[in-house]
Amino acid sequence: MTHRLPAGLALALLASPALAQDRTLTVYAPDYFASEWGPGPVIKQVFEENCGCTLEYQTGDLLPRLLLEGTRSEADVAIGFDSTEMKKARETGLFAPHGVETADLTLPIDWQDEVFLPFDWSYLAFVYDNEALNDVPTSFEALVSAPDDLRIAIQDPRSSVSGLSLVLWADQVFGDEAEAKWAELAPKITTVTPGWSESYGLFTEGEVDMVLSYTTSPAYHSIAEGDHSVSAAIFEEGHYMTIELAAQLVGTDDSDLAQEFMRFVTSPAFQSLIPTSNWSYPAALPESDWPEGFREIAMPEKAIWLPEDAAAAKRAPAIEAWRQGLSQ
Amino acid sequence: MARWPGGIAAGLVLALTLGTLGAVAWRAGFALRLGPADLSAIWFTTWQAALSAALSVAFAVPVARALARRRFAGRGALVTLLGAPFILPVIVAVIGLIGVFGRGGLLNDALGLAGLGPVSVYGWHGVVLAHVFFNLPLAVRLILQGWIAIPAERFRLAASLGAPVGRLLEWPMLRAVAPGAFAVIFLICLTSFAVALTLGGGPRATTVELAIYQSLRFDFDLGRASVLAMVQFGLCAAAALMVQAAGAPETLGAGLDRVVERFETGGRWRDAGAVGLAALFLMAPLAMIVARGVPGLLDLPGGLWAAALRSVSVALGATALTLVLTLALVLRDGTLARLSALLPLAASSLVMGTGLFIVLYPLASPRDLALPVTALANAAMALPFAARVLGPAVAQAEAAHGRLATSLGLRGWARLRWLILPRIRRPMGFAAGLTAALSMGDLGVIALFAGDGEATLPLLMVRLMSAYRMEQAAGVALVLLALSLALFWIFDRGGRADAAA
Repeated sequence: MTHRLPAGLALALLASPALAQDRTLTVYAPDYFASEWGPGPVIKQVFEENCGCTLEYQTGDLLPRLLLEGTRSEADVAIGFDSTEMKKARETGLFAPHGVETADLTLPIDWQDEVFLPFDWSYLAFVYDNEALNDVPTSFEALVSAPDDLRIAIQDPRSSVSGLSLVLWADQVFGDEAEAKWAELAPKITTVTPGWSESYGLFTEGEVDMVLSYTTSPAYHSIAEGDHSVSAAIFEEGHYMTIELAAQLVGTDDSDLAQEFMRFVTSPAFQSLIPTSNWSYPAALPESDWPEGFREIAMPEKAIWLPEDAAAAKRAPAIEAWRQGLSQ
Repeated sequence: MARWPGGIAAGLVLALTLGTLGAVAWRAGFALRLGPADLSAIWFTTWQAALSAALSVAFAVPVARALARRRFAGRGALVTLLGAPFILPVIVAVIGLIGVFGRGGLLNDALGLAGLGPVSVYGWHGVVLAHVFFNLPLAVRLILQGWIAIPAERFRLAASLGAPVGRLLEWPMLRAVAPGAFAVIFLICLTSFAVALTLGGGPRATTVELAIYQSLRFDFDLGRASVLAMVQFGLCAAAALMVQAAGAPETLGAGLDRVVERFETGGRWRDAGAVGLAALFLMAPLAMIVARGVPGLLDLPGGLWAAALRSVSVALGATALTLVLTLALVLRDGTLARLSALLPLAASSLVMGTGLFIVLYPLASPRDLALPVTALANAAMALPFAARVLGPAVAQAEAAHGRLATSLGLRGWARLRWLILPRIRRPMGFAAGLTAALSMGDLGVIALFAGDGEATLPLLMVRLMSAYRMEQAAGVALVLLALSLALFWIFDRGGRADAAA
C-alpha cells in the first residue's frame, strides 16, 4: 500500500509533457502589480493553468530597468507601462508588435497601436469623503476657484505618472492659462508627494479633504471594505485617462509563449480579473460584464487623453507651468 | 598596525561611491546641463541643510549636558529611546510627525483647545522640523560622547580647585566636537529627499537628491543624475573643508576609564526642562506611530515574518561589514582613510544602486544579488556614522595607552585585541546599533534589484500602501519600528554591559 502513492505520482509525472514544463515566461512588472495585493499572483495562476509553463515576475521600475539591461534583458514580456511613457518606450526599439486584434478593446478612445496593448485604464479624479465635504467642485475651474480652506494632496509630475497626467490634464483644460491657474490653486494644495500612495495615505488619515486619485478608487472602498463614503468628483471639462500597457520584447527567447501571453491579456479570463484586483476598468470587457460596484460608480462624460507625440511635446512645458505656478 | 586592511577598505568605499557614480556617468555619456529648476533645488538643499544642522546642534547641547550631569531612574532607557528618531525609516517617521504636527495632529488639537488657529506643518519649515527630529538624537549622542570622554579625574580636580568647569573643560570639548556634529548632520540633510517631498508642500522644497530620483527613476536621464550627484559631492567637499578650517579635533588626555562623576550643583531645573522638552518632541511622534499601528497588528499580512527575517539578515550583514571596514579605516588613519570615511555621506544611494546594477548586470542576475547588494550599500552608507563614533575612541585609546603598548611589543592583532577593542566597546556597540537600525529601514537600493519574493519590511510597507491597505501598512510600520529599536538596543546595550548605570 505504501508504495502505491509515489508510484502513481511518478506515472503522473511521466505522463505530463515534461518538456513543456521547462518553459518559463519572464514578465517584468511594476512592484505593485506583482505584489501579493496586486493582480499579479492570480494572473500567473490562471495563465499557468493553460500554458504548460512557469510565469515568473521580475519587479521594479519597468522602463529604467529595461533601458539599463538593453538587448541582454531576460524579459519576454513587460506589463504595466503608463501611456505617458509610450514614446520613450517605443524609441528604445526593444519591443515587438503584439499581433493581437485591437477591435475588441472597450476603451472610450480608439486604439490601434501595433506594439503597446492596453490591459486596463481609469480616469484621474479628485477623490473625497462624501460625508465630510459639502461643496464639491463640479469642474476643474470650480476646483481652482474653490475657497482656500479646501485642502488637497497631489503627486509630483516629476516622479509619478499620476502627477504627470494631472499637469497634462490641466494643460488641456486651461491651455496658456495653466500657470496662472496653478498659482490660484496653490494655497489649496496642502502638499505634493512623490507618489500616489503617500498622498492617498494623507487622505485616509484625514489630513486632506481631496486627493488626486482615480474614479475607480471608490470601488475599492465599497467592494473591499463596504465603505460607501468615498466618492470621486466629476468635472464637466472631462477627465484625463490613465492607460496601462503591455508589450512583448524583441529579444524574447520564446516568442510563441510571449504571443500567447499577449493574447491572454485581452481575453475575458484576464480582463475579468482586473477590476477587483487592480481596482481599475478592464480594457477589453463590455461594461455589462463589469462586477457590481463598478457599474455604479460615477463616470465622467468626456475622456481627455494625449497621443504619445503630443504628450511627449507637452510634458516639459506642462511641468514647468506647474512648477512656476506653485513656486510663486 | 598593518596598513593594508585599511587600504582595501578605502578602495571598496571609493569603488562604491565614486566608482558607481563613474559607471552611471560613463553609461550616460557625460553632458553638463542643469536648468533653473536644478539650480533652485541646489540652493534650497543647501540652506535647509545648514539651518537644520545648526538647530539640531544648538538644541542638542543643553540636552547632552543635562544627560551627562544627571543620574536618574530610567536614564539608560531614555538615552536609547531618544536615539530612536535617527534610526526611523523615513516612511515610518512621517506617519508619526503628521500624527503630532499635522492638521488633525496632537499639536493642532492642543492649539484648538487654547483657542488658537491651526498651524500647517507643510512647507520649508516642515522639512526643517523633520530634519531636526531625525538628527537631534544624533547630535545629542555625538556631543554626549564628547562629555563622557572628558576624564572624570578632570572634573574632580576642577571641583577641588574651584575652577570654572565650563570654560576649562566643556567649551574646549564643544569646540572640538560640535563642528563635526554640524558637518555630519548638514551632509545627512543634504542627501535626504523623501522627507522634503511629503512635508515640503510643493516644488519650492525640491532637494538635489529628489532631482536625482526624478532623473533616474522617472526620466531615465542618467546624464543629469550624474551631474547632480557630482554637485552633491562638491557640496560635501565644501562642508568637509569648512570643518577642517573650524579646527581639528583634539584629544583630552587619559583618565582611568571611570564613569563621569560631577561635583557642581544647581541648574537642576534647567537640566530637567531640557531633557523633558527633548523627550516630548522626540517621543510624541513615536507614540503616534504606535497608536496608528496597533489596529493594523490584528491583520498583519502573510509575508510579514519572512520579510522581517530578510530585513534582519540584511541588517546584520551590513553591521558586520561596517564594523570591519570602519575599524580598518580608523586604524589606518591618514587622508585617504578619512576621505573614505566621509564620502558615503555625500553619495546618493540611488546612484549607488544604479551604478552597481550597471556593473553587476553583465556578471549575474540582479535578483540573486538583491540582498547582498542591499547589505553592501547599507554598510557603505552607515560607515561615516560608525567612523565618527569609533575614530575618536580609537585615537584616545592610542593616545592614552599606545606608548605603553608599543613598549610591551603589542602589535597587529594582539594590539587590537588587548589595547583597542576593550576600550572601544561602548562606541562600537553604539556604531553597530546605528548601522543595523539604519539598514533595517533602507529602501534605496532594493527597489532596483528585488525579484518577486524578495521583499524587505520597508518594501512590504510600500506594497501595502500602493494597494490601498494603509492600516496594514501602519501595522507593518510599527513592527519595523519595534525591530529597528530592538536591534539598536541589543547592540548598544552589549557595548555598555560593563558600564555603571
